[in-house]
Amino acid sequence: MFTGFDFDVIQRSLPYLWQGMVFTLGLTMLSMAGGIFLGTLLALMRLSSSRILNLPAGGYVNLLRSTPLILVIFWFYFLVPIAIKKISGDAYAQGIGPFYSALIAFTMFEAAYYCEIIRAGIQSVPRGQVQAAYALGLNYRLAMMKVVLPQAFRNMIPILLTQGIILFQDTSLVYVVGLTDFMGAAGKVAQRDGRLVEMYLFAALVYFLLCFTASHIVKRLQVRYSVGR
Amino acid sequence: MIEMKNISKWYGSFQVLNDCTTKVEKGEVVVVCGPSGSGKSTLIKCVNGLEPFQKGEITVNGVSVGDPATDLPKLRSHIGMVFQNFELFPHMTVTENINLAQIKVLGRSPAEATERSLALLNRVGLSEQAPKHPGQLSGGQQQRVAIARALAMDPIAMLFDEPTSALDPEMINEVLDVMVELATEGMTMMVVTHEMGFARKVAHRVIFMDEGRIEEDAAKEEFFGSPRSERSQLFLSKILHH
Repeated sequence: MFTGFDFDVIQRSLPYLWQGMVFTLGLTMLSMAGGIFLGTLLALMRLSSSRILNLPAGGYVNLLRSTPLILVIFWFYFLVPIAIKKISGDAYAQGIGPFYSALIAFTMFEAAYYCEIIRAGIQSVPRGQVQAAYALGLNYRLAMMKVVLPQAFRNMIPILLTQGIILFQDTSLVYVVGLTDFMGAAGKVAQRDGRLVEMYLFAALVYFLLCFTASHIVKRLQVRYSVGR
Repeated sequence: MIEMKNISKWYGSFQVLNDCTTKVEKGEVVVVCGPSGSGKSTLIKCVNGLEPFQKGEITVNGVSVGDPATDLPKLRSHIGMVFQNFELFPHMTVTENINLAQIKVLGRSPAEATERSLALLNRVGLSEQAPKHPGQLSGGQQQRVAIARALAMDPIAMLFDEPTSALDPEMINEVLDVMVELATEGMTMMVVTHEMGFARKVAHRVIFMDEGRIEEDAAKEEFFGSPRSERSQLFLSKILHH
């Protein structure tokens, strides 16, 4: 069935593909960490009773969630340099480069999704827990840091990781700003050697194996944490 | 010690508290009873500012609770509170539960806090449970831990919000015993409860609430002897004879 195919190309290009995978994993983890951090702040703002805090956060989340990811990446790659030039008045000012554009775009985009997950997680912590924390004399910051968020994150771990798996797949979009992630590396080898079928099959297999394994781990975590309380 | 003047509170257009005025003196034990939905829990939660109120004034040790300038966390750290559903923090061990506010609010060292926590656990008879998580304890044990957690802050008064309502009958006494001991030691206590045995034993005064009003506020002997209002007579006859 596979006569005429050359699967050797995969082995020859493995070091290059590995570089791409390292980039993909790095970008995924950094944007996940940044997205969860920013998403937590946004969630706290959205839950605040102060309009000055909850309106902008709500607007941000709704805007980002109604925008295609690829558009957000373009914003940061093409528009931010223009903005920097305008603001600094320096016509030769440099942009922030493709990597940071992508990282910031992913972080901000994911933050909108994480915000909604974390908001639900915080609301899942019973009100009595918050009251008990306050009754002991803890202030808002301590009550959140020591009582509410630890419980909220425990409930949220599976869904946060699931979102991370989606992000892992979405990072393949960085090819649009000329970055070489795993998908991009596979694509380049495919074009160069004319081995499209082999390379794309291999890429699909790698994505499938990684995501499938990760989902499986998430499922097991879900079982463990749902019993824990 | 605790003084409430003309407290009224609304949830939207529904009035939960209607012009409530009462006092708890230092060392006094006041039991608050009444049918469910009468506002007892809301009233007691107003005392440490967990529930905001729209009218009236509450002062604790001379500090106004409703005043926006009041440092509520600081005020609350002096008032212990015990909840119907215990509200121990499930992600911490028993000791960590009792240590948390001692370290973060009172600024005690971890060693100092742990020493105090273990002493209090010993006092409520739960020394062996120190390293466990709340989920591994029975309801009665959890509530005793919650009392120890409140006592660790060296409170000047204790608020109890239906501390035995969520307990299985056989566990009620172990919690009441701890509370009786506290009362006889002279702790200032405000207790929302239906346990009239407890009220008879240690209360100085009994407050009866109905539909957000304080219908009766009388010395214990007077309340159990001849309650003046019809509602409280009816209520007493219902909960005392069954």
